[in-house]
Amino acid sequence: MLGLSKKDTTFLLIVMFLTLATPILLQPFPEASALAQFNAGYPDLMQRFAIFGIFAIGFNILFGLTGYLSFGHAAFLGVGSYSVVWMYKLLSYNVLPGLILAVIVSGLFALLIGYISLRRSGIYFSILTLAFAQMSFNLAYSVLTPLTNGETGLQVYTDDPQVLMDAASPTSPHFFGIVMNDVSKLDVGGWQFTFSNGYYFCAIIAIVVFYLSMRIFRSPFGIMLRAIKTNQTRMNYTGLNPRPYTLAAFVISGMYAGLAGGLLAAMDPLAGAERMQWTASGEVVLMTILGGAGTLMGPVLGAGFIKYFENIFSKINDNILHAWFSALPDGLEDAIVFLLHPFIGKGWHLTLGLLFMLVVIFLPGGLIEGGTRIWNAASGKNRKKKQDHADHHPKPSAHVN
Amino acid sequence: MHPARGFIDAGFTMDAIILQILNGLDKGSAYALIALGLTLIFGTLGVVNFAHGALFMLGSFCAVTLQKILSLSFTVEDPSQKDFLGNPLKVDTPYIVSWFGDATGNAILNWSVPLAILFAIPVMLLVGYVMERGLIKHFYKRPHADQILVTFGLAIVIQEIVKYFYGANPIPTPAPDAFRGSVDFGVLIGFAQNEIIYPYWRLVYFLFSALIISAVFAFLRFTTFGMVVRAGMADRETVGLLGINIDKRFTIMFGIAAAVAGLAGVMYAPINSPNYHMGMDFLVLSFVVVVVGGMGSLPGAVLAGFLLGILESFASMNEVKSLIPGIDQIIIYLVAIIILLTRPRGLMGRKGVMEE
Repeated sequence: MLGLSKKDTTFLLIVMFLTLATPILLQPFPEASALAQFNAGYPDLMQRFAIFGIFAIGFNILFGLTGYLSFGHAAFLGVGSYSVVWMYKLLSYNVLPGLILAVIVSGLFALLIGYISLRRSGIYFSILTLAFAQMSFNLAYSVLTPLTNGETGLQVYTDDPQVLMDAASPTSPHFFGIVMNDVSKLDVGGWQFTFSNGYYFCAIIAIVVFYLSMRIFRSPFGIMLRAIKTNQTRMNYTGLNPRPYTLAAFVISGMYAGLAGGLLAAMDPLAGAERMQWTASGEVVLMTILGGAGTLMGPVLGAGFIKYFENIFSKINDNILHAWFSALPDGLEDAIVFLLHPFIGKGWHLTLGLLFMLVVIFLPGGLIEGGTRIWNAASGKNRKKKQDHADHHPKPSAHVN
Repeated sequence: MHPARGFIDAGFTMDAIILQILNGLDKGSAYALIALGLTLIFGTLGVVNFAHGALFMLGSFCAVTLQKILSLSFTVEDPSQKDFLGNPLKVDTPYIVSWFGDATGNAILNWSVPLAILFAIPVMLLVGYVMERGLIKHFYKRPHADQILVTFGLAIVIQEIVKYFYGANPIPTPAPDAFRGSVDFGVLIGFAQNEIIYPYWRLVYFLFSALIISAVFAFLRFTTFGMVVRAGMADRETVGLLGINIDKRFTIMFGIAAAVAGLAGVMYAPINSPNYHMGMDFLVLSFVVVVVGGMGSLPGAVLAGFLLGILESFASMNEVKSLIPGIDQIIIYLVAIIILLTRPRGLMGRKGVMEE
């Protein structure tokens, strides 16, 4: 189907099902139960899953396939957001023109930055992209204020032209009349499911771009990109110039980032320069590596993982902890709450940092590798493979004793 | 002398140029010290350490901690003084003052930042040692991306622990009274009075960093230990084959690099009140500095640190800003891009480092 092998079609169908059923799947606990804290099925968070999933999928096309580690992708995210808000200001709250402009502008921007940065590889490439992104960030805060509204952030004011607006059009972001913020709630038993237009809009776009990235992964172009990652010198010797391929990958991933940035502004009609800061670039790197760089599903998982913990852990406070452990004797309860206190609420960064470290230390291939290991252990594949390994290869000796 | 002179006609006169160079020196010193430590770690262990900014921050908090410890006090009710309600006034006396008498005690309190150097060296050496043995050691054979990720995670953890204990607000850590105020630097080099005014502490900071940098270079150049380390940086395997335990020495170098970052932080505390995210702010710039200087080149790191610091302060001159708006915001990155495009390995980089 759609030019995919049978296996990939099944995979895509599973991804489609999971994405579309997210509002139900992420709401496993009844509303009244103590575990409802862990539910993630509310629109704001689900939209973030989808949007940062898109961002990470795009980043993975560059980093996962070619191995070029960009530290400046947040610039494209910011450019995307600004384009959409400008379209709101000039035309109307319809998101479509903005998203198209976001993809085009970020693509051009990526072409410029990529053309210059790709002259170098390795860490030099990373620093060049970082420098470009930080320059954009600093300029957006200072000199480009007429374009970006500086520290306040770009937003729509009542005296903006909005030439396509008429009395009937919605006053918040919409897609030909489908208002993004509208939700319909469904109560089943103790559960409450929220279906939001905004989420489904992002989800459908996410599925489309996931399909595109799948096609790229399986295409000759994708294989060429992998060849660049594996051995660029050898590619040069076979008479191929890798630059056009890496540049194409860079532009594509920049367009993905612009689309994600545009969608952020489609959910909330605001654009701020902080979206371009290097921490935002770092975040997408973390998402991709955490999930598993170079795998199709990994970056999406990584994005979901980070956004989930960011939202859930920051919401838990001492009272909730006391409620959980209220069955225990008082002294023990207080002790446990005291021990957990630094890790929750405002301290969620600490938890996230520790989780990163644990994942990187024990699962170098990211969450996907963790999943594969568990699968292999369950199906017994692992033992056989290990034995095979021991028979035919000498044990690798440590480089450092 | 008209106070607005600097805005109107100072232009690019000699005194303005010297002033900007001086202004660039203190930030440049901090960049140079952090970049030196980063390069030491990268050159010896081949590890890209994203937690280096956090080590700088920890150094600053060593100064804060020592200041807190020294000003631990007990409260006594002084019946001779009354507060506004007529109750006996409660007076806080630091233990230090009661032990050593008023003069000595207050002097020690006053000099807490320089004293923190002595406190920070063992602490930072230990932190560096534990970090290398406990975590970094396991990452030598991993790709650079993994090293970046794990040290970035570590930086977040260190940062959050500091935030948990010290709060999110900057903590003022003043310099000793003797170094407050400014020195009329112009008079020293033959200018008229009040032409070039420069804060004392920044001068101290520059001299201190020059001292540390020379000490590190002298250590590497003139000691047997340093010779072995340099040999190991050039060709680790051969040194290992000669029967030298190079890893042990590299671990110590990691500790020294951590101590250099820590000392940079201690002395920076009076310039910029320590807060938990100051490390991250410096980290990105330090990486730019390292790459501009050339990965793995120690003189390159120092040179690039001072160069970028001075360029940054020149770009923030009003005359320059009016010529090119916004240049002060981007100068460092712009210079980095130009240097990387014209000199592929940075100013003094070696061939084949980090180009895989």
